[in-house]
Amino acid sequence: MTTLLETEDETMLRDAARGFVTDAAPVAKLRENRDKSRGFDPALWREMAQMGWTGVLVPDARGGADMGHRAAGILAEEMGRTLAASPFLSTAVIAATTLRDVATDRARDALGRIASGDAIYALAVDEGRKHAPERSAMQAERAGNGFRLSGAKTFVADGGSANRVLVLARTGGAPGEAEGLTLFDIDAGRAGLSRDRLDTVDSRDHARLSFDGVEATGDDVVGDVDNGLAALQTGLRAGQAAIAAELLGVAGGAYGMTVGYLKERKQFDRTIGSFQALQHRAAHLWAEIEVTASAIANAGRVLDETPQDAQLAVSLAKARAAMTVDLAVREGVQMHGGIGMTDDYDIGFYMKRARVGAEWLGDYGYHAAQVAAARGF
Amino acid sequence: MAETDAALDAFRKDIADWIEAACPASLRGRPMTEDMIVWGGRRWEFKDPAQKAWLDAATERGMTAPRWPVEYGGAGLSRAQEKIYREEMARLQAPPPLESFGLWMLGPALLAFGNEEQKKRHLPPITRGEIRWCQGYSEPGAGSDLANVQTRAEDMGDHYLVNGQKIWTSYADKADWIFALVRTDRDAPKHQGISFLLMDMETPGITTRPIRLISGKSPFCETFFDNVKVPKENLVGELNRGWDIAKYLLTHEREMIGGGARGLLGGRSLGQFLGGLDGAMDDPVTRAEAMEVEVNSLAFAMTMERYKDQAEAGQGVGNASAMLKYYGTELNKRRYELLMSAAGSEALEWQGPHGGLAPEWLRTKANSIEGGTSEVMLDIIAKRVLELPSR
Repeated sequence: MTTLLETEDETMLRDAARGFVTDAAPVAKLRENRDKSRGFDPALWREMAQMGWTGVLVPDARGGADMGHRAAGILAEEMGRTLAASPFLSTAVIAATTLRDVATDRARDALGRIASGDAIYALAVDEGRKHAPERSAMQAERAGNGFRLSGAKTFVADGGSANRVLVLARTGGAPGEAEGLTLFDIDAGRAGLSRDRLDTVDSRDHARLSFDGVEATGDDVVGDVDNGLAALQTGLRAGQAAIAAELLGVAGGAYGMTVGYLKERKQFDRTIGSFQALQHRAAHLWAEIEVTASAIANAGRVLDETPQDAQLAVSLAKARAAMTVDLAVREGVQMHGGIGMTDDYDIGFYMKRARVGAEWLGDYGYHAAQVAAARGF
Repeated sequence: MAETDAALDAFRKDIADWIEAACPASLRGRPMTEDMIVWGGRRWEFKDPAQKAWLDAATERGMTAPRWPVEYGGAGLSRAQEKIYREEMARLQAPPPLESFGLWMLGPALLAFGNEEQKKRHLPPITRGEIRWCQGYSEPGAGSDLANVQTRAEDMGDHYLVNGQKIWTSYADKADWIFALVRTDRDAPKHQGISFLLMDMETPGITTRPIRLISGKSPFCETFFDNVKVPKENLVGELNRGWDIAKYLLTHEREMIGGGARGLLGGRSLGQFLGGLDGAMDDPVTRAEAMEVEVNSLAFAMTMERYKDQAEAGQGVGNASAMLKYYGTELNKRRYELLMSAAGSEALEWQGPHGGLAPEWLRTKANSIEGGTSEVMLDIIAKRVLELPSR
């Protein structure tokens, strides 16, 4: 395997991304989104498309940059650092990874629209309070030549603004069974599909999607009928690795703010960063971030080189990221003291995004159990 | 230094053929118990004649010190070649022909700071396993505050006169020579009056006494210096600049201790060990702890790998070695708490159904103390990496 170090191209991408999000998508932008009640700024998304970020996992032939999962992780991490809001993970990572394995003209066209920034995808997979694709109960009844979708999906990231939806529904089997699920790619404006924005603490776009007899055709099926989990597998893992990378960035952003504050804030006539009680906690946090960064880099490499064997690497990355970002934001708020509790100050936004990101597509417990299973216990 | 893949492939074949021919089959694939380690030295007795044959063969080719220059008994390998050598050794399950503080610590220090005379005199016997070294750093009053060394070396004109006491000198009772930090200027600021001195343990006035630990017998000793006459040529580097060498070696040592926290349990994974304990994983508390330890261990192993990649790419690891030492040792302590808890009453005998798990568990408590405590490591990270202020 190639090393866990970044290539020159990846370092250039990271530098460019950091410069861009710092200027174009600082935390102030997220605050603005919140105050305007929008999940993201469409102008920012267009700029991301122009820079080729939306096509980071789209093949050259479809207008993408095809830089791989490690590169997608670097972009996600840098977005996490400033809490830049966009449908990048749902669209450019999950949908692009899922659709590039599908050899149909429709999928190829969809990839082109992802690269151009025209398509915005949401993944509608979970129905309960925890990530559990196989527990899907939503029905896809056969009707004529096609299907009729009925049921509800919740905690759908970018579900309020997406114009396409990847949705997992049951064509057979019972909730809890991995078999009998089918993945559909449908237009978000289709009759019978209603969307309710959830007012989540991270001020991002999440929605509950209700399907009331929504019609789908055979062409809407991604992969094979009754085998939707297989069709979604790599895309889902890519999404889990990318949210882990974003959380590493969130942890890094919170850590950076906090260490900066420790160097400025004076109490008892001393800089509070000179107190050993705080120094050791900050140093421990840095150590955790360093260790997590290795797991994130590894997940990107494994997804690029042997995606079929990526479960352990991806779950390890997400478990570590959830654990580390939780520590980073808790220490961040505490070390800021009273000002850290105020809405005027940015650190709280990190805590809120961390909580949501840690939950999305499987929390620490879900992924730690995957690691344990892969390691034989 | 561009080495073609073809040249490296040829090297791999050559070195593998050599290992197969030179390392007796009886040594290969055996578990790495204490009996398998060859430390060498004047009083060394091989436990198995095959070990002597393997050491002789390795010495002849310079393979006890693969990266050292050929003129000092090494093999002069490049970084890439050495990596291949280690990989082939692991693949063929060959034990290291020789292990010693001379190879790990003194050798690198002499290569970096020693004069030609010292390199010629001391390095070849290290590679041949003839002289065994120990390290004299800590003192009763110089633990975390290592620069507070009080063992003094007075300039007597044609020699130094050494008086004082060292503690935690591993294998001092078995070693032939010691490399030690001594105070040569009592008026200078404490970091600036220290020198790095080599002493033959047979010199009159040096005595040692083993230390019994909470885990039982240990390699650690107290070492006493009572009017010990040391030739002046045994000073390494400049007078009063010994702290530079000490720091160089400490970085080395920390990476070793941090990294040593892996690959225990006699080669079994945590899952294999716990899976072998009937019902242990049915306990939700044990299971949750095992998952977290495994997640952290895997991520830490990747971090070691990433830092190694970084070092091999010529980018220094620097103060981050303090992080490896801190994280690896704390994790290892936690892992042993888990094993003890999972094995329950079966773990409580000094030697029980799981071997010496109890003494190993107790011994891990020293991991976060020796080579710099966890608290000192956090201080280093806070000051040097995070650049937090002192006031």
